[in-house]
Amino acid sequence: MKFLCVECDRQMAFEERQLPGDGTLAAAFRCPQCGRVVAMLTNPMETQLVASLGVKIGGATVSPQPLETIRAAVATGKDDAFVEDGKRETGDAPAWSAEAQERLARVPGFVRGMVKRIYADYARDHGVAEITPAVMDTARSELGLEGM
Amino acid sequence: MPLNFRTYHDLTEPDRSGLAEQIGAQRRRVAERLAVVARVVAVMSGKGGVGKSFVTAHLARALARMGGAVGVLDADLNGPTVPQLLRVPVASCTLHDGVVEPAVSPEGVRCFSMGLLIEDGRPLAFRGPAAESFVWRGALEATALRELLADVAWGPLDVLLVDLPPGMQRFTELAELLPEPPPVVAITIPTPESEDAVRRALHAARDRGAPCLGVIENMAGGPFVGDAGDTLAREFAIPLLARLPFHPSAHEWDRIAHRVGGSA
Repeated sequence: MKFLCVECDRQMAFEERQLPGDGTLAAAFRCPQCGRVVAMLTNPMETQLVASLGVKIGGATVSPQPLETIRAAVATGKDDAFVEDGKRETGDAPAWSAEAQERLARVPGFVRGMVKRIYADYARDHGVAEITPAVMDTARSELGLEGM
Repeated sequence: MPLNFRTYHDLTEPDRSGLAEQIGAQRRRVAERLAVVARVVAVMSGKGGVGKSFVTAHLARALARMGGAVGVLDADLNGPTVPQLLRVPVASCTLHDGVVEPAVSPEGVRCFSMGLLIEDGRPLAFRGPAAESFVWRGALEATALRELLADVAWGPLDVLLVDLPPGMQRFTELAELLPEPPPVVAITIPTPESEDAVRRALHAARDRGAPCLGVIENMAGGPFVGDAGDTLAREFAIPLLARLPFHPSAHEWDRIAHRVGGSA
């Protein structure tokens, strides 16, 4: 899917993605010539269809996690299905605020480890020392993590 | 007056989403993971309840007893039974360095299955809008198959057996994920009804360009009447690899393993 500014005959460039948290997705595209912005809005079924392909509108910005689509999508997964071997835990891991920990605790155990790792990697990449709910919200939109 | 504008393939500017590139990267990940797998063999049937998983598991065990490095991917996402049939220990799956370790049976068969991941007795259910879920569920299952191929640390294998569910949809997905359609072993029971369903499946596999290693007639000599194995073997000019009774001996499994292990 691409967007064309017909007036300028220029392909519009991806600008920003928003995940309101209701299963919908909003992505803004800007014409590099005239600056006009259009927003693509997808309903929950359309959003899910794109997510089901394991691709991200706006591009993949984090390395793929093992079984990431399965872990994000399966609703009947065992809480103890996965165990991290711990080798990748490093000393410079960001801190988690109490509110962020509380929010993380509400994530099903089946996917919690992956979600924690993605947010921690995001925080490290952006020089964030402490993960808060606000950081999680920003990361969610920037990384296209619907449902996390 | 209609607008005059460029269409999709006319656009040449870089695309940040790069959906085609993302799909390409997914395929490369599968190819890289399977680069050390000598061959992938699909165990299939157009018919349910003929014992595909039973045959797959016992064939894998026999191949392992022969000294082969064997893996089994349980591609029956909605009815996974391979872990029980291989008697793999119940344990959490270990994640490390971007991969998940497969379970290992007492004979050394490496195995991965949705049965290792979903709660006992619960169906495979996905998060997502309930309305019109048929639109995305198929895509999600195909993605799950891709991740099971690409993200499991299969390691060097002589053969990776893929236990397919009834029907041909999963075979089509598998064939599209691999560089070439995998050779297939077809499972039938003796009845004309099974024969008809497996015939359709064999035609579908052949139409995709998949070599057929042979057909196995399962549950022979019991209450099911017919000669589906012989008929299909003759019709498709493929070997009848075995006619298995209800309780095959280890010797019979070894004999099939020799035939499958030595073919293709």
